[in-house]
Formats: sequence, structure tokens, C-alpha cells
Amino acid sequence: MPKTDIGPPNFREMIPEVIKKNYGRWKYHEITKPGVLRHVAESGDELYTVRVGSPRLVSVDFIRDICDIADQYCDGHLRFTSRYNIEFLTPNKKNVEPIIKAAKKIGLPVGGIGDAISNIVHTQGWAHCHSAATDSSPIVKALMDELYTYFTSMKLPAKLRVSLACCINMCGAVHCSDLAIVGVHTKIPKVDNEKLAATCEIPTVMASCPTGAIRRHPDKDVKGVVVKEDLCMYCGNCYTVCPAMPLADAEGDGVAIYAGGKVSNARKPPMFSRLIVPYLPNNPPRWPEVVDVIKKVVKVYASNARKYERMGEWIERIGWEAFFGLTGIPFTEQHIDDFTYARETFRTTTQFKW
Amino acid sequence: MAGETPKLDELEKGPWPSYVKEMKRAAKKNAAAKDLIGVQELSFNDKVTHWKHGGIVGVTGYGGGVIGRYSDVPHLFPNVESFHTLRVNHPAGWFYTTKALRNLCDVWEKNGSGLTNMHGSTGDIILLGANTAKLQTCFNELTEIGFDLGGSGSALRTPTACVGPARCEWTNINTLDMVHNLTMEFQDEIHRPRWPYKFKIKISGCPNDCVAAIARADFTIIGTWRDSLRIDQKAVREYAKGKMDIKNDIVGRCPTNALEWDEKAKKLKLIPRDCVRCMHCINKMPKAIRPGKDKGATILIGGKAPIVKGAMLSWVIVPFIKVEPPYTEIKDLLHKIWEWWDENGRPRERVGELIEKVGMRIFLKAVGLKPVPQMIKSPRTNPYVFF
Repeated sequence: MPKTDIGPPNFREMIPEVIKKNYGRWKYHEITKPGVLRHVAESGDELYTVRVGSPRLVSVDFIRDICDIADQYCDGHLRFTSRYNIEFLTPNKKNVEPIIKAAKKIGLPVGGIGDAISNIVHTQGWAHCHSAATDSSPIVKALMDELYTYFTSMKLPAKLRVSLACCINMCGAVHCSDLAIVGVHTKIPKVDNEKLAATCEIPTVMASCPTGAIRRHPDKDVKGVVVKEDLCMYCGNCYTVCPAMPLADAEGDGVAIYAGGKVSNARKPPMFSRLIVPYLPNNPPRWPEVVDVIKKVVKVYASNARKYERMGEWIERIGWEAFFGLTGIPFTEQHIDDFTYARETFRTTTQFKW
Repeated sequence: MAGETPKLDELEKGPWPSYVKEMKRAAKKNAAAKDLIGVQELSFNDKVTHWKHGGIVGVTGYGGGVIGRYSDVPHLFPNVESFHTLRVNHPAGWFYTTKALRNLCDVWEKNGSGLTNMHGSTGDIILLGANTAKLQTCFNELTEIGFDLGGSGSALRTPTACVGPARCEWTNINTLDMVHNLTMEFQDEIHRPRWPYKFKIKISGCPNDCVAAIARADFTIIGTWRDSLRIDQKAVREYAKGKMDIKNDIVGRCPTNALEWDEKAKKLKLIPRDCVRCMHCINKMPKAIRPGKDKGATILIGGKAPIVKGAMLSWVIVPFIKVEPPYTEIKDLLHKIWEWWDENGRPRERVGELIEKVGMRIFLKAVGLKPVPQMIKSPRTNPYVFF
């Protein structure tokens, strides 16, 4: 029998010497150039970090490649960030340029620090998930190809965090991102009552619906349910509890875009992202409609926001009416909330812009 | 392979590193990875996923950590008929030795597709695609090299923390020690799902919240301080000599007007009682301004993504707590919260949703916390009051 509950390896065995020595005693840091950090400890020791992007879905040979770089220049240590970037850490300033060169040689971009776009947090999509309403890695690849220079430079007003979840379960928790891309269904579940009777409990399926759209089948002889079309907003919670309620639909599935969220408390408190585009079609392999909107919003933000203003702070200052005007994104009935706390989003003042 | 997957091949082009190239690298060594390429192209053509709903698989002694995944087109791609995911608990702060990573690569190359995510959304190392027969062997070999599974299902999910004291001067708490300590303490809660739904603990060392704890953790721990932030006037003058417009870009952006700038004396003055510790001035002037010395954490509860009743940001329940190993007070509070939620929550009801349903007043009583004004943005406006 294998041992169980041994837990993860202790991080103390994973951190490099310079960190062991200066743990908890860092004094300040600076960004010396895009993708490079210099931390200085109370002891005077320096630690250089070179941050590089990764495609997240990688082979073991990719991991061996980055291990080779870390063995050569970082005494056999490296770390990852919460956004899948790889960080090469070294106390030796002279190793910085060789690390950058080695990373570029295997095709990895250096950047993602400061007033830049970092890597796009995303979920599994069609590569591995049963509930995906869109794919994830291809959209991220298509977007980062286009936004590449925003990763490798620091020319934005502030940091820009883009995230993607391939359904509204949001295992990537994208709901507080500067720009969030979310896979959406727009057709009601296709109920398979035969399968439902065999595999699911009807009261559980009914109770799973947050809007009460799932009702017992009116025909008493049918052991199953019906979905009231006007109450269903395609959240997919019923499908999660019962496989007989699939929502996936080649024509109906697509992508929504939200903007203006953040998690940091800097200046303004954390904010949710808000709907800016209710639906764009799934158009593999490069989702051009999605890429166009994101590029446009980033461009308008970059040229209009004030220094240090995150996307949401900028929009709050100019107002949503100005945001839709500047970006040219059409405003539709879907933008007006009709879920639980809708009234909190209705305007209760005569102050607004034309 | 060339020409068989024209849509997917398109994604090998462009400057950003290509996941398709990675899939093809793995495909050279592994038949399942090769079939995954075919499944991707099929999904591009059909515009739907080709993975079936669920399927319960696992390893002996655990109720989670492995996500069952089966293809709905096994006749076309027999090597991914079963293609399960293992969530492997990462070392705190996502630090690795290359030795540990190479061991991991060897185990995974032997037992699975050779494809991974470094890392998944929860923070785990994701080993993507093992067939049913290999799961136990893979797990056994992972434990031999010192790794264990993370959480899945209605369990405590793998706790994560920001880089903290390992490389950040802003952290107010020992995020890595705390996350490792809590992870070791709660192995049973991580590996054996028993609750109404998932429960997440995320720890950030300062209000910048680099692991998005406030947005996605049921139990959010964020480092903070009670005294005044520290200003080094000499370093302030250095910034002023440089390109920095302190009056407009620092003082002018303080959300509570807690800073004043004396242009003549080149002196930055703080009104400590007005500071809400937002981090803006510290972020922009790291050489000159630091958090205070009386450090601890704010604890918040209820953060989550939309399912089921809409997304929530965590709510303050403990404005300030000193946090020292072995973190007994935090563990006690967690046990009280779990007991109350487990007793009262419906299936698939996160703790924040339960609090919203029955009322914060009931929750605070149940876990023994006193109401304080720091918990709210404002008192109620309605007259519907319980006594």
C-alpha cells in the first residue's frame, strides 16, 4: 500500500539559497526592464527574477527544457506564478541576460511585469472538459499572438489582467478581471427523460435550477422534467447535477466578454467585471470576432485611461455610457441586468453623460 | 500528421508559445496525446466538446483528487477512451527544484499522456490524461517522489498562497508557512469530500491580493497592519528628484486623502487614522514607503464564482488577527464554520450563499464573532429588523 495524506513537498526544500537566507527580510524591489525584477534584502543581497510566458498546456519535455535553463543559471531552482508564467531566480546579475537569451531561444517571451498584460488565466475547454461552451487554449493563443507586445513591454496605463473561463462555472474565477472572456450557452437543455429517469433524481434536478425553470413533466406517465424556456438563462447547473440535461449546441454556444474587474485593493476596492458583449460565435481556430473586440477595448483603454488607472477605474470615471461610445460596442437589452440584484445597477440619479 | 489537422495546425503560427506544438511533442511519444490532437480538431469542426459527463474514478483511500474523463468518440480515438486528470498538490509558492520537476516528468511520462498544466486554476499541478488502469500506479509513484493529490469535489480544495516572504517585501504574514501548515493539518478534508460543496482557502500577504483570494476563496486571508505605514523621507526625495509627480500621482490618488505633500520641504506626510492600507503609494514608491510593523491579517468569508446564485466577493468577518504558528485560532474558526455550514447547507450551496440565505447575524452568532462596523459598508436602510 502506498502512503496516503503525505501532503505536498515542503516549500523549504524547494526555495533557492538566497531566498532561504533572506526569507521575510526583503527591503524593496524595482523593475529593471520588462520582465526583470530586482529585489534587495535588508542584508544587501540581491535577487533577480526573469519572468517568461508559457502556454500552460505543456509537455513534460517543455518542463525539462525550462529545468535545463534553471540548472545552468539558477542553481536548479525555479518557480511558477499564479498566471502560469515561469520565473527564473538568480542572485547573479550577470546571469540575467543569458537567461533571457536562453528563454527566447526556446520561444518563450520575457515580460508580464508592471504595466503590462500578463498571461491569460484560463480553463480546459474542449481539450478536456465536459461542460465547456467554448474552447480556451486556442482563444488564449490567438489573443496573446495579437497582444504580444503588451506582454513584452510596459506601455499600458496599469496592469491588465485578462482571464478566460470556458463556461459560467468559471473554474478560473474570471469574474474580477480587467477583461474576462466567458463561454456561454444560449439554448435550453435538451432533456433526455429516458436517461434522466435512469440516472438522476427528479427533485434534485428541479432544485438545482436557480430560477425554478425545471418542472415535473406534465404527462404523469412520463418520469421526467420539462424546462420552461422563458425562465432558463442557460447556467448549466442542472447539467452539472444530471448528465441527462446537456446544453452544448454547435450554433447556440459562444463567448461573452466582461470588463472592468479587479481584485487588488489599490486605490479603489475590488470590483466585478461587467458585461460588455453578450454573445460572439465560436469560430475556431482563432475566434477573430473575440480577438477584434478585445484588441479594440485594449487600444481604447491604452489611449484614454490616465496613468495608473485600471480598466475598471477608468470606466467608472468616464461612465459606462462613455465607454460604449468610445469603443463603439453596441448596447443591447442583454446589458441590463435581470437577475437577483438587478436594481442595484439601475441609474438612480439624473447625473449622466450624453 | 501534417495536413490531418489543418485548423489546429494554424495555432502553431504566431509569436506566443504554442500549446499545439506542445501537444505534438507529447504525441511523438504517447498514443493518447496523439489522439487528443484528433479530438481537438474534431471539436473545432463540430463546435462542441467531445468529453462525456463525469465518471467516478479514484485511487485507494481517497474520495477526490482525480477527475474522471471519458471520450464520447472512443471508436474514433480509442487511446483517449478514458483520459482522467490527476490534481497534484503543488509546493507552497509554486517553488521547485529541477530535481523534483524532473522526477514528476518521469512519473508522468511513464503513466500518462505526458501533458500537464503548470498549473491549474486551483493551484495544483494538473496531470492531464491517464487511463483508468494507470491511475493507482501513477499515484503510488507520485507518493514515492514526495507528491500527493490535491482536492476536488465537495472537499477542501488545495489551499494556495502568494509568494509572500520568499520574495516580497510587502507581505504582512508568513503566507507560505501558513498555507503549508493548513494543508498538512487538513489532509483529510482535502482528500475525502464530505461537505455540501467545495471550500477554498487562499492567502495573500497584502491587500494587492496576488492570488485573488477575495474573489474566489470561501475563506480569504489577507495580510494587513494596524499601525502607520513607514515612510523613508530620504528615499521620497530621491523619487521626487526623478520623474515621479508625487503630488498628482501619489497624493492625488490616495483614496482617503490620507497623504499630504509639502512641495517646499519635499516631505510626504501621512495622516495614519485616515489610511485604509490600499497599497497604492507603497506599490508606486517601494523604496520609500513600507507597510507598518504591527502586522496581521484580515479574514473574509464567502468569495465565489457565479454558480449558483451569482458571483460574490468575500465579506470581512475578522478585521484584524495576529497570525503565528501553529495558527490555532484560524483552525478553530475554520472548524466552527465547517460544522455550521455542513449542518445547515444544502447540496451545492457555498458557505457565502448559506450566509446570504439565513443572514450574517445568524452566522456570526453560530461561529462566535461579535458584530463590528468594519464588517459592513453601511448599516441597513430597511426597517425589517429582528430582535
